[in-house]
Amino acid sequence: MDFSFTVWIPLLPLILFVFLGLTSGSIRPKISGYIGTAGMTITTLMSYFVAYQYFFNRPAGSETFEKIIAFNTVWLNLTEKLQINLGVLLDPISVMMLVVITTVSLMVHIYSIGYMNGEKGYSRFFSFLSLFSFSMLGLVVATNIFQMYICWELVGVSSYLLISFYYERPTAVAAGKKAFIVTRFADLGFLIGILLLSFVSGTFDFVSLTDPQGALITQGSSLTFMGLSVMTWALVLIFMGGAGKSAMFPLHIWLPDAMEGPTPVSALIHAATMVVAGVYLVARLFPLYVFAAPDALTIVGYVGGITSLFAAVIACTQNDIKRVLAFSTMSQIGYMMLALGVSGYGDHHGLGFMASMFHLFTHAMFKALLFLAAGAIIHAVHSNFMTEMGGLRKYLPITHITFLIACLTIAGIPPFSGFFSKDEILTAAWEHDKFLFFIEYAVAGLTAFYMFRLYFNVFWGKDRHYHHTPHESPLVMTGPLMFLAAASMFTGFIPFSSLVTSDSKPFESHIEWMIAIPSILIGVIGILVAMWFYKKENGISEKMAGGLKHLYKWSYNKFYMDEVYLFVTKKIIFNNISRPAAWFDRHVVDGTMNGIASVTNRTSSGIKGFQSGQLQKYGFVFVSGVIILVFTFIYIWFN
Amino acid sequence: MDFLTWFVIVPSLTVIGIVFTKNMKQTRLAAALGMSVQLILAICLVFMYLAERRAGNTAEMLFMHTHSWFSSFNITYSIGVDGISVAMIMLTAVIVFTGIFASWMVDFLSREFFISLILLSTGVFGFFISIDLFTMFLFYEVAVIPMYLLIGIWGSGPKEYSAMKLTIMLMGGSALLLVGLLGIYFNSNAGGGALTFNILDISKVNIPIEAQRFFFPMTFIGFGILGALFPFHTWSPDGHASAPTAVSMLHAGVLMKLGGYGAFRVAMFLMPEAAHEMAWIFLLLTGFSVVYGAFGAIFQKDLKYINAYSSVSHCGLVLFAILMMNKTALNGAVIQMVSHGLMTALFFALIGMIYGRTHTRMINEMGGLMKVIPFLGVCYVIAGLASLGLPGLSGFVAEMTIFVGAFQHADSFHRILTIAAASSIVITAVYILRVVGILLLGPVKNDHFLTFTDAKWYEKVSTGVLIATIAGIGLAPLWLSDMINDSLNPVIIQLSQVILP
Repeated sequence: MDFSFTVWIPLLPLILFVFLGLTSGSIRPKISGYIGTAGMTITTLMSYFVAYQYFFNRPAGSETFEKIIAFNTVWLNLTEKLQINLGVLLDPISVMMLVVITTVSLMVHIYSIGYMNGEKGYSRFFSFLSLFSFSMLGLVVATNIFQMYICWELVGVSSYLLISFYYERPTAVAAGKKAFIVTRFADLGFLIGILLLSFVSGTFDFVSLTDPQGALITQGSSLTFMGLSVMTWALVLIFMGGAGKSAMFPLHIWLPDAMEGPTPVSALIHAATMVVAGVYLVARLFPLYVFAAPDALTIVGYVGGITSLFAAVIACTQNDIKRVLAFSTMSQIGYMMLALGVSGYGDHHGLGFMASMFHLFTHAMFKALLFLAAGAIIHAVHSNFMTEMGGLRKYLPITHITFLIACLTIAGIPPFSGFFSKDEILTAAWEHDKFLFFIEYAVAGLTAFYMFRLYFNVFWGKDRHYHHTPHESPLVMTGPLMFLAAASMFTGFIPFSSLVTSDSKPFESHIEWMIAIPSILIGVIGILVAMWFYKKENGISEKMAGGLKHLYKWSYNKFYMDEVYLFVTKKIIFNNISRPAAWFDRHVVDGTMNGIASVTNRTSSGIKGFQSGQLQKYGFVFVSGVIILVFTFIYIWFN
Repeated sequence: MDFLTWFVIVPSLTVIGIVFTKNMKQTRLAAALGMSVQLILAICLVFMYLAERRAGNTAEMLFMHTHSWFSSFNITYSIGVDGISVAMIMLTAVIVFTGIFASWMVDFLSREFFISLILLSTGVFGFFISIDLFTMFLFYEVAVIPMYLLIGIWGSGPKEYSAMKLTIMLMGGSALLLVGLLGIYFNSNAGGGALTFNILDISKVNIPIEAQRFFFPMTFIGFGILGALFPFHTWSPDGHASAPTAVSMLHAGVLMKLGGYGAFRVAMFLMPEAAHEMAWIFLLLTGFSVVYGAFGAIFQKDLKYINAYSSVSHCGLVLFAILMMNKTALNGAVIQMVSHGLMTALFFALIGMIYGRTHTRMINEMGGLMKVIPFLGVCYVIAGLASLGLPGLSGFVAEMTIFVGAFQHADSFHRILTIAAASSIVITAVYILRVVGILLLGPVKNDHFLTFTDAKWYEKVSTGVLIATIAGIGLAPLWLSDMINDSLNPVIIQLSQVILP
């Protein structure tokens, strides 16, 4: 099978971006929306075709899924060994990501035709969506780590452009800036990691980097720095880049603010695709993490675990529905990172890897659904705050049902997809690290609680005062909701362990009921507690909040992480580094230069009196000189 | 007439032509025509150069021509180009061309303005084609003098002060440089031949190490002042702030590159031993200025000052990469010169256009411009993204080549410095997004902004050409990088022949 046509999967959105960007303003906005969506449809169909060919039509007799370089071209030569290529690498995880990205992106495109209707900058919106799709697709099919870095930066800038889409709103501008700068800081780590890794290995190429029989893994590197091997440093730094994009603690602060962007953007970029780029990065380099730097992998697992708990606690107290979902996203990505952290390589040892990818897949579906449904709710009531919502199930029947399905999925209730993927993660954690396992049980309960808190607050309880009677969205918006709801319900039955595995070889996996049943019970308890608290207004939740006053306050204020960052950026960097640097430059460095000039000036004005042009003065100096010389000669003569 | 000399003749003819024009319209038309021809010549030169190389010509310099003009000191008019100078000539041609369109509306003494501007560019073109040290120096001085007039007469703000400061500091650099060049000249007979100014001949001679130790820092600092070497960069913020648009463009875009180019072609190439010995001092200075300039830019309030400090940071990276002395980093240095030239010219062009409408450069007096002048706003964002190193634009190619190259050093001194310099990518993002956020985004700050008209056709030509070039290099850097790479061999051989004690 010749896969070289796959190069058009990322290229088509790029062409659309350029086309829509240049024609924005000259063609009717509606038309550009249709063009963008049509292009995305073609890309999606191509991805499905590739997935079908790759997974179900492989050459007879082959046990494993081979890595296929479908396309590769030299972009820049750096040194004799190092060169940056652009190309398409197909292997199980990249093909899976193609499906995830194009599916969610297509749904978001269709949904946006309705959601963004009448907004200013409608065609700009679609051109940015195309730019994002291009960058993200280019990222997952990267053949080498530098191509990934290139697309990584492009993804970052598309995220910036889309967060500050409503550019006249100062909060949106600030949020976009924050997102870009925090992730840029993380990307610096990624870049240094790449430099270190390429210095040790002499290649950027993924296939040779991650070859378990390759020289890098079998021989490693003898270089060490501050007690840790260079490989560990490199991989920890690379993970830092991933942690920035995936909003892992403590680099997560940009994600809640990123909700300032239009809701479809939150669904696409800040829930389903871009934020899992960090997970994908670790998965891409997984053999390196497992064999060459197990310490780095432990860090990945623990950062994931801490983040998932931290975010889940915060999500319980937020009132902005998009922020609840944002923290929920952080928490779920924490799960995926944790799953990678507790994974080994090959067969059943690689369960965590498989579970992570599985959860990435199912999460993309149900979280995109949650965000799009939230968009439909916001569209109907013109508010983001759940305190201004209630009793909406009567008005928004389709949104209600699909939202409920998504909530059940994320809470891990069988037979929805979230149950299966979460169960695999829990099993992997149980086998590797009991501590992380129990954290995950706690998070499972919290997740069910905060999701149903949201659900009951929005759809049950008393009606609020609405500007106009809320009404269900048009089909162009509910259609994607229904599609994603179906995906959330049924994708759990995909046999991931025979498709996407750490060593590309299928293995048998089955549900561990000993772990699954308690996890279901925990989820049900979380739901019941939420129901007890919030289904009717009864003041229990306020009493609980009052009882846990300090925890509530810290959680409500997101553990004051924003304040910490503000202190570092404003107080330390801006006032204590940048201001003195600017002052130093103007007053010390430039002052010295000006000082030299004024000394020269003063010296010359001091001595210019000698050249007065007055004859009598010259005569006086001449005569005095003669007299002095005469006396000097006489003095010398007589000695 | 040999091909390269046309690069000096065309601007000279344009100047003569402008003298005979009667009004502003004719003047700018003549200038635009002359510089279009120059741009076409430069494009032809690129193709001819590449064709010649593909045909297997491996000479160090192509299209060589020598004409003796002061035989008793063996001063010759020697010209020739390699891939590096071709890249710089291309850069200059693009910037002068766009600079003419950016100053389309100069109505005060427009004839004299365009004459000075083109005279300046003549000096620059002459500098880049010369391979004789004395001729090179001569052209360099030709470029510096009109600068004084351009800032002093057509500038804004404290223009006399700025013009004086800039000229005196650059002249101070020239003085050092002249001593350095004479030092090289009087040691060029070390191999037993005659005294010569010809770079290629001198490179075959081993200048005694004692002389190198003395003259290398002079030459390097002399050129370094022009390339905004810390702490001799302070002419740059004041000079840029007072200079008219096209002069800022040309100055930051091209003139500052003379420094990098000279440091590389003269100081490093001819005195490799001393370069090896002293590189660490200058590495510390330039590495510092990369970060320092970026931090300085965060705090500025005047658009031009922001850009001037950003130039200190980016040009610091050029010298930093040159001092890394390996092929990849040197290649990155040349790409960075081209890239910084283009994007800083774009920045200054846009600042001029914005200033022409708002009559202020203070960012806190502006806001929400994206809504009223979307074309210029988008261009500004693109320039900003290029400056912070977004892939697909030229800045990324340059920075990555430099960082990867510099990181290939075996010792940790160079590698740690590289990491420190790389951290500037974050700080750059901070100040760029700060400006974009305040200047362009947000609500429209002042009601009279709503009366602004978006870019005129000549402004679109100017910014469009620059953006196209930036994106062209950013998307397909291979040809440029390969063209430069081949020409680096002589320098690399020079530097690697040094036997370190």
